[in-house]
Amino acid sequence: MVAGAQSGRQTAAPGTDTGAGAAIAPAIELVGISKAFGPVQANRDISMRVMPGTIHGIIGENGAGKSTLMSILYGFYRADAGEVRIGGRPVAIPDSQAAIRAGIGMVFQHFKLVPNFTVLENVVLGAEEGALLRPSLAKARASLRDLAQEYELDVDPDAVVEDLSVGHQQRVEILKALYRQADILILDEPTGVLTPSEADHLFRILRGLKAQGKTVILITHKLREIMEITDTVSVMRRGEMTATVETAGSSPEELAELMVGRKVLLHVPKAPATPGATVLKVEDLRVTDADGVERLKGIDLEIRAGEILGIAGVAGNGQSELLKVLGGFEKATGRVTLNGHPLDLSGDRLAQSRRAAGIAHVPEDRHHLGLILDFAAWENVAFGYHHAPEYQANALLMDNAALIRDTAGKMERFDVRPPIPTLAAKSFSGGNQQKIVLAREIERNPDLLLVGQPTRGVDIGAIEFIHKRIVELRDAGKAVLLVSVELDEILSLSDRIAVMFDGRIMGERLPDRTDERELGLLMAGVAE
Amino acid sequence: MQRLPVWADVVLVPILSLLAAFLISALVILGIGGNPVEALQVMVTGALGSAYGWGYTLYYATNFMFTGLAVAVAFRASLFNIGGEGQAMLGGLGVALVCLAVDWPHWALALPAAMLGGAVFGAAWAAIPAWLQAKRGSHIVITTIMFNFIAASVLVYLLVNVLRPPGSMDPATARFPEGAGLPTLHDIPGLGGIFDRNTPANITLFLALACVGLVWLLLFRSRLGYEIRAFGKSEPAAVYAGISPVRITMIAMLISGGLSGLMAVNNVMGEAERLVLNSVEGAGFIGIAVALMGRNHPVGVMFAALLFGFLYQGGAELGLWTTIPLELRTVVQALVILFTGALDTMMRMGVERVFALFARRAA
Repeated sequence: MVAGAQSGRQTAAPGTDTGAGAAIAPAIELVGISKAFGPVQANRDISMRVMPGTIHGIIGENGAGKSTLMSILYGFYRADAGEVRIGGRPVAIPDSQAAIRAGIGMVFQHFKLVPNFTVLENVVLGAEEGALLRPSLAKARASLRDLAQEYELDVDPDAVVEDLSVGHQQRVEILKALYRQADILILDEPTGVLTPSEADHLFRILRGLKAQGKTVILITHKLREIMEITDTVSVMRRGEMTATVETAGSSPEELAELMVGRKVLLHVPKAPATPGATVLKVEDLRVTDADGVERLKGIDLEIRAGEILGIAGVAGNGQSELLKVLGGFEKATGRVTLNGHPLDLSGDRLAQSRRAAGIAHVPEDRHHLGLILDFAAWENVAFGYHHAPEYQANALLMDNAALIRDTAGKMERFDVRPPIPTLAAKSFSGGNQQKIVLAREIERNPDLLLVGQPTRGVDIGAIEFIHKRIVELRDAGKAVLLVSVELDEILSLSDRIAVMFDGRIMGERLPDRTDERELGLLMAGVAE
Repeated sequence: MQRLPVWADVVLVPILSLLAAFLISALVILGIGGNPVEALQVMVTGALGSAYGWGYTLYYATNFMFTGLAVAVAFRASLFNIGGEGQAMLGGLGVALVCLAVDWPHWALALPAAMLGGAVFGAAWAAIPAWLQAKRGSHIVITTIMFNFIAASVLVYLLVNVLRPPGSMDPATARFPEGAGLPTLHDIPGLGGIFDRNTPANITLFLALACVGLVWLLLFRSRLGYEIRAFGKSEPAAVYAGISPVRITMIAMLISGGLSGLMAVNNVMGEAERLVLNSVEGAGFIGIAVALMGRNHPVGVMFAALLFGFLYQGGAELGLWTTIPLELRTVVQALVILFTGALDTMMRMGVERVFALFARRAA
């Protein structure tokens, strides 16, 4: 175990040296943590101190090493070197049980809940006492009641988890941690799935926890959240902790620069739109899913050439269905025309004909739809366009060499790193994966580009690039339908904003005549 | 986890798995009072030590190449075709019907017709489970297993009641006409001096090798293969790309069944020269192990088929020349399947750890 050697290099942690706090041991302290996966140094000599009763943010691009660090803290990985101290004492965390015993609770981005169990059963799961369930459940019920009062964490203990909203499910995760007597709560990208009002509620809960002396570590890539709620923030880049600063004394621009290592434009500059003829016209579009639930309840919208229409809304309010219908793999009723020609809505195997009609689609879920992760980059560049004449050697065989050449060109133009066409898609970072998808779709020069969550899981540097390319396509006179759950993205890219809630368009706004509050209300289904 | 270099992934790991399987086999032989060294000697000389042995090893390997390729093609579409056994049985029926229908003047005319018969019958037998999977969502594993049983019953019925020559007590078809007999390796100019007249290995071996090449072209060079592999990796993504799941499921299973059916050219037309009960002798199931070990790559399937051909022939010799029972062949095969298939990940993780250790030392 390493400890003393690097003590001279520890980054200063403001807030820890101030005032009379010198005598108080940090709630959690990392000293010289390093972790390598083969040749990749995921964490290099990380040192960090978080004082009790504070909210500490960890921000960094994807692949900066945040998740690795948290996995070490929670016992999923073992550090190659370094030490974890809780309350001033070194602790070994070989597994998650040890982490729980040390008072660490973790709320993962993807919840670890049993969907068909009740809240109570989920809370007790793994913390049962004895062979009989009843005493454990009774005890949990009592303690949930206390926690609910104390922290605004009201959830019906007998509700089945799959019936709860995402925000409530997250509260169950927090309850689970608190029930296990966590003093340090780590939240990994907690607001990714929440509405603005749910996020506000979460932040109220976190402030409540802080007031009770709990320590909160918030991992996020959203600068706004860091600024809003944290006391101190650590910035990670390429496995190293580049800075730890007091939030109040910093700015989003400074943090973004620390994350990326260069100046970043947080908002892509764009000229006012000059919309042309109507490209896409949607009238009374309705989708009913396999369970008979109506997912789209009569959508009307219109996009013109040279215009970006942003669809705001909480995930699961019909945006995915809208994209699928337009992309040709979901049945619908109603009327949709592209450049005046009606689209066939009767089938769900029409993706090829949509491409032929001039619709390109960057899907919301690039891992499950947009890419085949095990395929090489060049194979993914052909994906959906594998019938294109330029990729064929003859009637039966594909021209792999031509495809690889084409991919190399796309990678260069879209700054995909590393620019190796034969590398498997899964070996690229999220941002570079998205650039591959974007290159494939944009370079087809479509009349209409459908883009879902273009920057989900994408680092700040790549976001800037992706936004620029989308705006460029608009400036080239193409129509863009942008679906995103990130309000920032919607506000900065869209020429018009339509808000979806429960399968309906709640209203349309112009980005410079609205704000997050108004959009947030529409997203929650509150009509004007 | 760090990824292994290609050579370690495709060569080292299977070899280590094999060694582990052989080691356990040796312990089993010791346990039943045999001598593992002697057993190995008997197996190697029996399968590889003579032209006679090679004749059988290559004959079995030919069978396994067809069934292994069949499993591999379906598996690339993420369809686990366990029905190779039944499809090969029906392929045998197709081959037999073709061979018996005409008094063939020359094998060169009979062969293409028999290939067509075998492939069409095998594909047709795979088509029903494929359609049930594609259209109705009935799981292909279940339906193909069921179809193995149905195929066996159909064959019993046909051989006993329909195809058996009058007066024969044997549930088998009549002998195929002389002109439908395929040349064995002995009949091939240049090899005549090596293999003797009765060697079962025949020119179907070259047909199998050609299929290895064709399947490789199909999977890795053709648009259809691209669609098969894409569909196999992710059905929702395939739909997004405009690939029809129904179409790919049907086509992949038809090709798979056709390859299984082609096996009958080797065992029914090339060796038995009539259709008997249980002509497939489990080759359909061994094809699963062959595809697993060959990692669903045609070239890997070819090598794995040779290995299983060796095990099959060597194991038979074991039963013949030693006190070790023939059943041990099944034990050895099971262990090879266990280690190269089911426990592959275990071995891989161990090797990955060793490589990571070396990488760290080097760093």
